Parts: sequence; structure tokens; C-alpha cells
Amino acid sequence: MLRLFSLLVFCLMSWHVAADDHLATAGNEQQAETTLASLLKQLPNTKLNKMAPLIKKIAATSAPQVPAILETLQAGELYYLKANKQLVHAQRTQHKKYDLTDLLSNAPLPSVTSSAIKKVRTNNRIRRQIGDLLSNMELNAKDPAIRLEAVKQLLDSPNKVGIKSVTLLHDNEPQSKIRELMSVVLAVEQLKAGTEAEKLAAVSILTGRLEPAVKNALVKALDNSTALSDKSELTRALSHAIDKIEQQGDLYQIADHLFFGLSLGSVLLLSAIGLAITFGVMGVINMAHGEMMMLGAYTTYVIQQTFPTLIEYSLLMAIPAAFVVSGLVGIIIERGVIRFLKGRPLETLLATFGISLILQQLVRTIFSPLNRQVEAPQWMSGSLDINPIFSLTYNRLYIILFALMVFFSLLMILKKSSLGLHVRAVSQNRDMARALSIKSSWVDAITFGLGSGIAGIAGVALSQLTNVGPNLGQAYIIDSFLVVVFGGVGNLWGTLVAAMTLGTFNKFLEPSMGPVLANIIVLVGLILFIQKRPKGLFPQKGRAAE
Amino acid sequence: MNTLLNYPVLKKLSSLHWVIAILFASTLYVTVCNLFFAEGTLLHVSDYTVSLLGKYLCYALLALAVDLVWGYCGILSLGHGAFFALGGYAMGMYLMRQIGDRGVYGNPELPDFMVFLNWTELPWYWAGSNNVLFMIVMVFVGPGLLAYLFGSLAFRSRVSGVYLSIMTQAMTYALLLSFFRNEMGFGGNNGLTDFKEIFAYSLQSPDTKLALFVATAIALAAGYAVSHFIMNSKMGRVITAIRDAEDRVRFVGYQPAHFKVWIFVVSAMLAGLAGALYVPQVGIINPGEFSPLNSIEIVIWVAVGGRGTLYGALIGAVVVSYAKTRFTAIMPEAWLFALGGLFVLSTLLLPKGLAGLLDKLLNQISPRQTETTANAEKPAAVEVK
Amino acid sequence: MIVDSKGALLSSQDLNTKHGMILYVEGVSVSFDGFKALNDLNLYIKDGELRCLIGANGAGKTTLMDVITGKTRPDKGKVNFGQQIDLLTLNESEIARAGIGRKFQKPTVFEALSVFENIELSLSGDKGIYSTLFHKLSGAQKDKIEEVLYTIGLIAERNYPAGRLSHGQKQWLEIGMLLAAEPRLLLVDEPVAGMTAQETERTAELLTSLAGKHSVVVVEHDMAFVRSIARKVTVLHEGSVLAEGSMDEIQENRAVREVYLGEEQAEL
Ligand SMILES: Nc1ncnc2c1ncn2[C@@H]1O[C@H](COP(=O)(O)OP(=O)(O)OP(=O)(O)O)[C@@H](O)[C@H]1O
Ligand SMILES: [Mg+2]
Repeated sequence: MLRLFSLLVFCLMSWHVAADDHLATAGNEQQAETTLASLLKQLPNTKLNKMAPLIKKIAATSAPQVPAILETLQAGELYYLKANKQLVHAQRTQHKKYDLTDLLSNAPLPSVTSSAIKKVRTNNRIRRQIGDLLSNMELNAKDPAIRLEAVKQLLDSPNKVGIKSVTLLHDNEPQSKIRELMSVVLAVEQLKAGTEAEKLAAVSILTGRLEPAVKNALVKALDNSTALSDKSELTRALSHAIDKIEQQGDLYQIADHLFFGLSLGSVLLLSAIGLAITFGVMGVINMAHGEMMMLGAYTTYVIQQTFPTLIEYSLLMAIPAAFVVSGLVGIIIERGVIRFLKGRPLETLLATFGISLILQQLVRTIFSPLNRQVEAPQWMSGSLDINPIFSLTYNRLYIILFALMVFFSLLMILKKSSLGLHVRAVSQNRDMARALSIKSSWVDAITFGLGSGIAGIAGVALSQLTNVGPNLGQAYIIDSFLVVVFGGVGNLWGTLVAAMTLGTFNKFLEPSMGPVLANIIVLVGLILFIQKRPKGLFPQKGRAAE
Repeated sequence: MNTLLNYPVLKKLSSLHWVIAILFASTLYVTVCNLFFAEGTLLHVSDYTVSLLGKYLCYALLALAVDLVWGYCGILSLGHGAFFALGGYAMGMYLMRQIGDRGVYGNPELPDFMVFLNWTELPWYWAGSNNVLFMIVMVFVGPGLLAYLFGSLAFRSRVSGVYLSIMTQAMTYALLLSFFRNEMGFGGNNGLTDFKEIFAYSLQSPDTKLALFVATAIALAAGYAVSHFIMNSKMGRVITAIRDAEDRVRFVGYQPAHFKVWIFVVSAMLAGLAGALYVPQVGIINPGEFSPLNSIEIVIWVAVGGRGTLYGALIGAVVVSYAKTRFTAIMPEAWLFALGGLFVLSTLLLPKGLAGLLDKLLNQISPRQTETTANAEKPAAVEVK
Repeated sequence: MIVDSKGALLSSQDLNTKHGMILYVEGVSVSFDGFKALNDLNLYIKDGELRCLIGANGAGKTTLMDVITGKTRPDKGKVNFGQQIDLLTLNESEIARAGIGRKFQKPTVFEALSVFENIELSLSGDKGIYSTLFHKLSGAQKDKIEEVLYTIGLIAERNYPAGRLSHGQKQWLEIGMLLAAEPRLLLVDEPVAGMTAQETERTAELLTSLAGKHSVVVVEHDMAFVRSIARKVTVLHEGSVLAEGSMDEIQENRAVREVYLGEEQAEL
């Protein structure tokens, strides 16, 4: 669908029909369209064996609608109305019911039953012909992105027509990247059928290319040449090339794990960072922290439900909203419960755990116990391709950036603002701070609100990664605490390092032992580590820490 | 009540005597009413009630175990469910082997789930699981060993307070994940179930159920007596001292880590015993028992009942479990609200729990002159914070 | 090692104090993040001596006690108890059982236990797990507790939970706990802070009476108190010994006057 869309938008005008070397230059568009219309009129009456030349002519008109029409035909969705032979694009909605649009204008037409329309018939050969024609059009497309995509496809599934056009197009290709890829396509062909010298030349072109098709071709060629038990230069060149590709492959494999690890680390960071404030800086054990995240995720859901037309902006709206919702709930909890339990950490732990149960049940009662669907905006999907075997998916990329952004903003707030100063003063010596007329109770409430609000923001991010349900928070609470403790309580940088380390560690273990075992091993490792160094990676110093 | 409590003999009774007397009386009552009063008569106690009570008594024993470490030694364990579950698995393995060839696959050696996984022989750690004595030993050794390893690591490196709580929670969480895996050889997700008989008595028969109930009551009484003995010995005072000022204890010449490990292990073993008695009464043990929520629920029993008093733990376990049974029957969705509310309210308003309330009431009825009577043997922890 | 396999202490009477010295602190340095709390400090305490340790706030007095009792490990230096016992190889409770008792700057008692029980726990003897589990107070031990209760004047409060005592009473109880342990060496950090003049006097009496049988090191800021008990005074300054001698010698010492007594001279 996307391809179709871009085809229309970028409206390629000139293409090359390889079969008879007929070059249709971009002429008068108007004229092309009238020719197209008259050619199309013949479609309903053409016999199957006369179809091929007609399609070739249609393609040759170079009208902008051609690719769409050919794809419709290829997909078997091209029909005509029995009544007036009008050509339509028909899609079945239910049994014997079809939605119609006009083939040329795309205007919607009233739905009909199957008896009112008839299919323009094709067979496998014709569909293949259409495929070749389409890819050829793309090879000739004006937009380099489409050309590149077409060459890539050709590399993965080579066909004679395509190869022939590439041979012709190669020398005139203006973009060096596409030209290179074209020579790769040709080299792969040579490797299959060329002479010894040609094969050697091909190998030197292919060395260092990461496309999976290239590696397959090289391996196949090596198999063939060793089958002849040929210890020739070619065999050596081939195995050398394969080794090199594999080395690079390993390298990118590591990069891939690292990327996944960092993105998992960012999720951990997001979920732990609020805790790093409430637990790390204030010393309050908030077991309802996970539920603050859950509230953030549900806020996202509610915003999407309230503004169904603004999905693209929903996350941006949800961030402040979630901050406010979770922050307010945090302040209420602080004022209502936690402040009465000052200096009694174990009691605080229990009371806030109770609050977490209440919040979970509240959400379950309001929204149902089932998971809710939070949609991902368009800009979160897709990926940034670095090379054929290594790409960064946008959603993970954004999570990493987002987590770092939140982290550094928080660091700034604590370092630079007067709130930060007060928070640190109160956390280090409550009585002294009060004597300096810092309103410690106010500072506590605001700080707790800040930590909870950040948890809410984390919830917005999590809504894009996991199921949004009443148990969302529970899944993260243990990990969050471990991250904070591992990093060293009261040390934000420690939290950052800890989150990223744990995330990466997990992802590197995962391929060899599966996610569950990896998780277990990381947990046990952490427990052992903290037994050895109870104050974490970066312990806080001074007598107060004892 | 007032006059009763003033009898010198009754005043001399310690909580141990009271608890054992009450336990004995109620067990006797339940047994007699279950056996000798026909269904439909006023005094009849149904088989269902018997197993329900048996379950509560297991919980009470478990709460006692948590109270030993939390109430007296200040170690808030959020992972005691793990010890309970390990004891339960030890018993479950034995019961599994007792099924013999009556399983779905009819394999005389292997439990059904292993046949299902295409295993051909028992894993090494199942060796001996069909031996009663071995099982009994494992009920204590399994949880005890885990507690010893965890405790000696944690207490020697002086992990304490909330850090320790979080570590214990991580421990039970890691075990939860592990036991979910089929490869562990403990039945994965489904756990161990479909038991047929225990010591050659059918688990379905009402008599076996009654016997299990009585056995649980005896175990609870024994557990209570042991705990009472420990807490009223000099060791109990050292343990209380560790809770209040660990550093000072060290400079007086005791090794707090040794005491903590010791009491942690004893507590884990009690929890394991509770688990082992629980499994035949409910007929299943699965990884869910390792879930952190379960462990935290135990803590709330103790908090509601009153930590630092042994009988408080029992009261808490029974009262909260009974409330849970009622609530989940009448309006299931309200249970979590109620439980959550209990956590909050009991920590805010009832720091000494129901036992504290009871103490206050008794004191009002018959003020005991705690401060002036020269009675050095008096169990200090029961009276003061 | 003076501690046998069961962790029980060999009687501190066996301590070898051949040269009349009970404590050797030699070349000890402690630093916290580069800040030198103790700097190449040397201190020798004779068997049966009563020594006062004075110095400005932050001079390192408490840190020195931390080092001797095993709470803080020095970066370098040697700390010996008697001839054979290297204190740096022992942990806090082993050091306590070896015969060094300590009273903290901030009084800490076991608040949930009664006064009686506080003292009971501090009695010298086997402190292993099983001996405490099956422990029964002997007649001699009961007498000892009574004696201590009498000495610290808390006989009437014997069954009070220690948490309910006043600040001064807690100080006394802590001293009582020290007495019950019968240590060879007592380290006493600011014993009279929070005591009335009368109590201070009693404390002075008590400490002087202890000297001889025990060795005592007292840290105190109250100069009148120091003067009333001191035979020998050591002045700490910035982590090392600035001067040592009788109170009069110290007062005459120029260095001490400059850095420490400067503004307090009028009082003395
Ligand atoms: N654990 C620690 N971490 C960092 N610095 C410490 C630590 N312990 C002591 N210090 C520093 O070492 C110095 C000496 O402290 P110490 O407590 O020994 O002084 P003091 O002589 O006992 O003082 P005071 O008379 O006030 O009790 C002080 O500057 C203190 O800040
Ligand atoms: Mg000091």
C-alpha cells in the first residue's frame, strides 16, 4: 500500500519497456491519458492470449495511473460492470458484496453484489509479466528512493527482465549509491554464470557487501567450486570474502544487541528515574511507584479515546497530562499517608504497597481488568536503515532519546533550581533545613509529586511498548528498585549507568538462553552483587550514609 | 473476665499456655463436631470447614515464621512465600511419586508432566523423593539451605532495612520465574497436582482431611512452643537488641550476623513446614506461591495481628484469611480494596496491631502493674514496643 | 588469634602486658575521601592508667575510638592490644570479647529491653549462639548485675524498659553495661554530656575508682571534668598528637595554647 502511495505521489513519468526497447519519453500527459483510456476500454473484450501485448501497450503510455492499474490487475481486483463495461476496482467486503471505486478517477461507487460485476481475467504468466513491468518502471523511476528500492528487490529476487534493464541503466545512473548496488546485482549474476575471470572480478566487487543475498550467492558459488575440488584462486577469494562478510555480520550483531540493550536500559531508566528521586533522594520507599506509571499509561489511553482524530499528537499531549495526573496522585499519597510515616521505612513500604493494590483495583473497576489498546502514531513506526543487516527501529530510538531527555532535565532541575537545592537540603538534614526556614513539608510534597510525575511520563512511553493493563506497574517495580539500589542510592548518574548496564546485559544473554533465563540470571547476579557491595556501584559518601 | 484475670494462677499463665490451650480446645471441638454430629445438626462442622481451618492454621504457622524475623529481629522479609513454597514442593514431589502408575500416562516411575516432556528418567534431584523420611528432611533442608545461603551472604555484608526487603523480594521473584520454566523439572506452569494419597491414605477421604487438620494444629503448637522458647531465652533478648541497635550489640561482643542467619533459617524452616502441611490440604502446589504478592500478604497478616507478639501473628493470619474468604465469596472485586486499605490503616492507626489493641483492653479491665513488680523473667517483648 | 573456634574469648586476664602497656597505637592514618581524620597518630596506654583525650571538634577523637574498636579500618598503622593481639585482624565483636569496652558519644541502649536485661546481655562470658539459647543466669551473675545496678543507681528502675529512661539515666546505663562486661580497657566518649553537676561528680568518682583495675580512656570537652580526673592528658589536633602530659604541663604548652586553649584560657 505504501509503495502504491509513493508511486502515485512521485508520479514517475518515464519508463523503459525492456521487451521491445521501446522508450516512451514523458510526453504530453493529457495525450498519454487519452491513449490509456482507449486502451483500457479493450480490456473487458480481450482474450487471455491477447492480453500480454495489450498490457505492454498500456504500460507504454506512461500515464501516472498505470502502476496503480497494473497492481489492481495483478491483485485480481480489476472488474467491470456488466451493465456498461465501466472498469472498477472492486474489494469484497462480505460474502458476495463488493465495494467499488472507479479505476481511473478513484471515485467511490455504490456497492454491488457479485452478480453485477465481472472480473478481468489473468493467469500466472500475465501476473508475472505485470510484476516485471512494474519493477522495471520502478527501476526507471525519477525518484531515487524508488529506484533504490527496486534495485534492492531485484537483488533479493532476481528476474531476467530486471537484470537486463539494470545492465542498460547502470552506466547512466546518476546516484553513486544506486550505481554501486546495481553493480552488486550484476556481480551476483556473473558469479552464477560468468567465466573464471568474471567471477573473480565479481567477488572483488561483492567483498564487504552486507546484503544477505550477496552472502547467499557467495556461499553457493563456493559450494559449487569446492564441489569441483578446485583449490583455485577463486575458491580462496570466495572464502575470504565470506569470512569478511561474516566478521562484519558479527560486528553488526553486537551493535544490534547493544541497541536493543540500550533501549531496554532506557525503559528501565525511565521506570527507575522517578524512584531515584522518591527513594534515592528523599528516602521514601514507594511501592506504588509502578502504579504511577500505570496511571500515566492509562492517561495516554484516555487521551486517545477523547481525541480519536489526533492520534499523531496523542503522545505529545499525554506527556504533560500524565505528569500532572501521576504527580497529583503522588502529592495526595504523600500528604495523606507517607508524611505520617516519616523515618519508618518498613511501614512506609507496607502502606504504599497497600495503596498500589487500591490503585490497581480502581483501574480494574473503572477500565475493566482487560488490557487496553493504545495506538502508536505513524511517526513511531518504521526504522532507520543503517545497512542491509542493521537497522534502528524508530520506536526504540525515540525511547532512548526520550529517556535521556527526561534524565537530563531532571538532573538540571535538581542541580540548578532552588527546588533542587531545597530537596537536597531537606534530605540531608531535615531539622537544619527547617531551621533555615525551608518549608520541609512543602518540599517533601513537591518532590514526591515530581518523582511520581516522572513515573507518569515513563508510563506514556511504556504504553507504546507493553500491554496497558492494571498489572503494568507490578511488572516494573522490582526491576526499578534493583536499578536504583544497583546504581547506588541517591546517585542519579548511578541510576543511569545501572539501567543501561542491566539492559545491555540482559539483551546479550537473551539470544543464548532465552528471555526468562536471562532475566533470572540478571536477577541472581544483582542479588549477589548487592550482597558484595550493599551500597551499589556508586555509593554515597560521608557519615550520613551509614 | 475481670475477676477471672485476677486469679493468681491465671496471672501466672504465659501466652504460651493460653495459645496451646485455645488451640487444643478448638481442635478438639472441631474434631468432635466433625465426627460425631451428623450433617444438618447444629453442632456439625463440615469437611469443607475442616480443610479451610487446616489452611488457616498453615497460614498461622507461616505468619509465626515471619514474625520471628520481622517482629523480633527487624528483618522485613518480602520473600517468605519462597520458603513456604519450597516446603510445599518438597511435599508435592513426594505426593507426586505416590501417584505411581495411576497417572494419565500410567508411567510407574515418572510423573505425568515429565512423560509429557518426553523425559525418560527422573532428574537427579528427584532421587529419594518417594521416601517419607527423605521428604520430611527436605521440607526443612530445602528452605533452610536457601535461607542459610541468602542470609549468610546478606547479613555478613550487612545488608539491612529496605535493601534487604527488596533483595528478598527479588529472590522470590527469581524463583517464581525459574519454577515457571518446564526445564526446572517441577511441572512448570501447572506445578504439581492430581495427588492421590498420603502415607497410603486417600487424600479425598474426610478422615484424612481431619487428620491433616489435627496434624497442622499440632505442628502449629510445636512451632509456637519453639518460638516461645527462643524468644524467652537470652537469645531472644539478643535478637530483640539486634532489632533496636545492631551496632551496639556488636560492641557488646555478639556477632549479629550469626544470630540473624540462625533465626532466619529457623523461620524459613517453620515456613517450609507450613508449606508442606498446606499442599496435601489444597491438593496443588504451583509457581504462583512464589509470587511477591503472596509474600507481602503474609507480612500484612503479621502487621494486622501485631508484630513482636507471637500470638498476634496467629490472630492476624486467621482474621485476615477469614476476611479474605468472606470477601472473595461475597464481592471478589472488593478484596483488593480491602487488603490495600488494611495495609494503609494498620500501619497508620494500629502500629501494634490487634494484639496491641487486645493488650490495651486487658490492661483496662485489669491493669497489670508492669513497672513496679520485680519480675525479671517476664517476657519483655510482649509487654513493650 | 585469641578467639577460639567457637568464638569464645580466652579470658582477658591472660592478656600479656609484659611491658606494662595495654594499648599500642602506632603510625595510624585514616582518611575520608582524601581528608585526613587521623594522621600518623601514636598513642600508648599503660595497664591500669586513666587517660584523658582532648581536642577541638573534628580533631579525630571519635575516629580514634572507631579504629581501636574495629569500626573503622585505618589506611596504615598498627593497633595492638597487649603484646600479642593485633586488633586490626579482628572484627568489632571479637574486639569487644577480647576485653575492650566502649561507650558511644550518643548514648545507645537496647530500648525495648529492661534495664536489668540490658546489663544481663552485657555480662562477660560466652556469646555464641547455642550458649545464649540455653543460657541460665548463675547466682554469681545475678550478684554481678545487682552490684552494677547499685553502682549506677538504677536499682529502682531495673524493670523499666530502657527506652523510658532519661538521657542522663541512659548514660549511666551505658556505663553500667560497660562495667558488667568487665573489660580490660574502657573507651569512654563524652560521658558527662547531658549530666547535672552532681552526676558529673559521681561519674568522675566512678571513673577514677575504675582506674587501676581497668585502663580507661576518656574523651571529654568539659575541662573542669578533665581537670578533676586527669592524671595524664593527650591533646589531639588535626589527627595527630599535639602534646601529652599532666594537665598543668598541657596548660603551659605553647603549641596547645596557640591552637586549642587560645580562647578558653580565661576559664582555666
Ligand atoms: N565516616 C566519615 N566520613 C567522612 N568523614 C568523617 C567520617 N568520620 C569522621 N569524619 C571526619 O573526620 C574528622 C574527625 O571526626 P571525629 O568524629 O573523630 O572528631 P571528634 O574529635 O570526635 O570531634 P567531636 O569533639 O566533635 O566529637 C571530622 O572532620 C569528620 O568530619
Ligand atoms: Mg567525637
